[in-house]
Amino acid sequence: MNLNELNIKQARELLDNGKTTSLEITEACLAQIAAQDGQIHACLTVCAAEAREAAKAADKRLKAGERGPLLGVPYLCKDILMTKGIRTTAASKILENYIAPYDATVVRKLKEAGAVMLGKTNLDEFAHGASTENSAFGPTKNPYDLTRVAGGSSGGSAAAVAANMCLFALASDTGGSIRQPSSFCGVVGLKPSYGRVSRFGLLSMTSSTDVVGPIAKTAEDAEIVFKAIAGQDELDATSAPEKIISDLQKKIIDPQAKTLNGLRIGLPKEYFLPELNPEIRERVMALADKLKEAGAQIKEVSLPYTKYGIPVYYIITPSEISSNLARFDGIGWGLKDEEAQNLQEFYKKSRGAGFGPEAKRRIMLGTYTLSAGYYDAYYKKAQTVRTLIINDFNQAFKQVDVLLTPTVPHGAFKIGEKSNDPLAMYLEDIFVTGASLAGLPAISVPAGTVKVKDGGDMPLGAQLIGARFQEEMLFKISEFLV
Amino acid sequence: MQLTKEEIQHIAELSRLNLSAEEEEKYRNQLGSILDYVKMLDEVKTDKVIPTAQVSGLMDVFRDDEVKPWNQEEAEASLSQSERENGNVKVKRVLQ
Repeated sequence: MNLNELNIKQARELLDNGKTTSLEITEACLAQIAAQDGQIHACLTVCAAEAREAAKAADKRLKAGERGPLLGVPYLCKDILMTKGIRTTAASKILENYIAPYDATVVRKLKEAGAVMLGKTNLDEFAHGASTENSAFGPTKNPYDLTRVAGGSSGGSAAAVAANMCLFALASDTGGSIRQPSSFCGVVGLKPSYGRVSRFGLLSMTSSTDVVGPIAKTAEDAEIVFKAIAGQDELDATSAPEKIISDLQKKIIDPQAKTLNGLRIGLPKEYFLPELNPEIRERVMALADKLKEAGAQIKEVSLPYTKYGIPVYYIITPSEISSNLARFDGIGWGLKDEEAQNLQEFYKKSRGAGFGPEAKRRIMLGTYTLSAGYYDAYYKKAQTVRTLIINDFNQAFKQVDVLLTPTVPHGAFKIGEKSNDPLAMYLEDIFVTGASLAGLPAISVPAGTVKVKDGGDMPLGAQLIGARFQEEMLFKISEFLV
Repeated sequence: MQLTKEEIQHIAELSRLNLSAEEEEKYRNQLGSILDYVKMLDEVKTDKVIPTAQVSGLMDVFRDDEVKPWNQEEAEASLSQSERENGNVKVKRVLQ
């Protein structure tokens, strides 16, 4: 096995026993990037020199006897998280040459833990999309079939992990952006509870749902990364203090526990409608059976407002985007129009040239839904239906402890297949927006493969949605799904 | 729902986006069909429902109003990476 193919746990053992060095693993990852990324295009920036320095520093710490879960482990970082001294583009022309002056809190935490950043991964511009085709620098291809998308918006991170360019990746999820590409690329992706991980240094998209989380090769690895980046941060006022865990959760996550006795798993019937691809239903039900064998009880539940998730999301998201992206005015940083004669013209020309089509679409949509006379009909209406969606989950969690659903209703689609139809792309998020709107933790784990239209078999994920702050429960349950 | 050319131009103006005639036409159609789709929310009765603006579970997050030191270079670069003069950011002429 090549060193870049290791997962975190395997690398940990080799590193701690002196069987390999961080530099060797780092070199193996850099070699894999050099060999594969010309085709896959998962990376926007590779910082080989900085990575080698960081690896050598980690090796020194290891040699001195220091130990830590991520010490010496190489990773890639979605290019929407600020990294001091290394460019942060958000895959947008408007930030093409932007060098962040400081690190995002999650990046700083990983740096302190001794993880080695190899570079920055591709995404849909400003994380707007579900295929990475909206990147101003070209799409990321799915490592399982280069004619298909890797999903998005964290397509670069998911493809990089699947192609063994790194041991794990950081990503962000606003309405499915970690889970959907993880499903398409056959890897594990965790969207933590809203507020569980600091967003300081994450370029804002939809402030009321944005979260940072890991994409990894195993659920166990995702847990290791999650624990390293989670926690309250005084630089992010929405980050939450740790919450007390329930007795059931304590029992389930006990490392000694070998069963899921007492756990109730809910299958929301709105996620298993008759039109769902029977092969996907079968895969998810096979996982449900595994959990049943482990002692869990399986129950059908209902989330009646599920079908309104997409329209709510596609009002709230553009609204918050139109406000958050107003800061890109050409003045402080980024692309600027030098010809403009006055400030208004300067704004319009800089933004008109700097933003790509989907960012423009969302800025305009949000500007409209927030504008005088339309605010109540769109934005406020969406916020009230959001309340009903949250109530649905609250009701369900009175009957069950965790929900099991498909992550996406199909395998990865062809590049170009949906890029001219924004609405079709928005419908990609059908199973993933609910947890985002309600701020709940959700993990996508591999569930096998599914046949795709005019192609072979592509990876497929299943999603576990937990009650707020119960990430540990999701990790534990995932152990039974391998 | 069809947006008129004037409406899309007004939205672009409010959004501070320079659009070509081609873009105007494209976004006019696309925004129209997205707005049609989200209109589905009208069928939900929400008279007595309180809107949700955030789900952090937190309220009134305060801290002491004290200045904490931050690396000067990082602070200035955060303000602007463009031309600066005596700690001020240089911009284009506002008034003609």
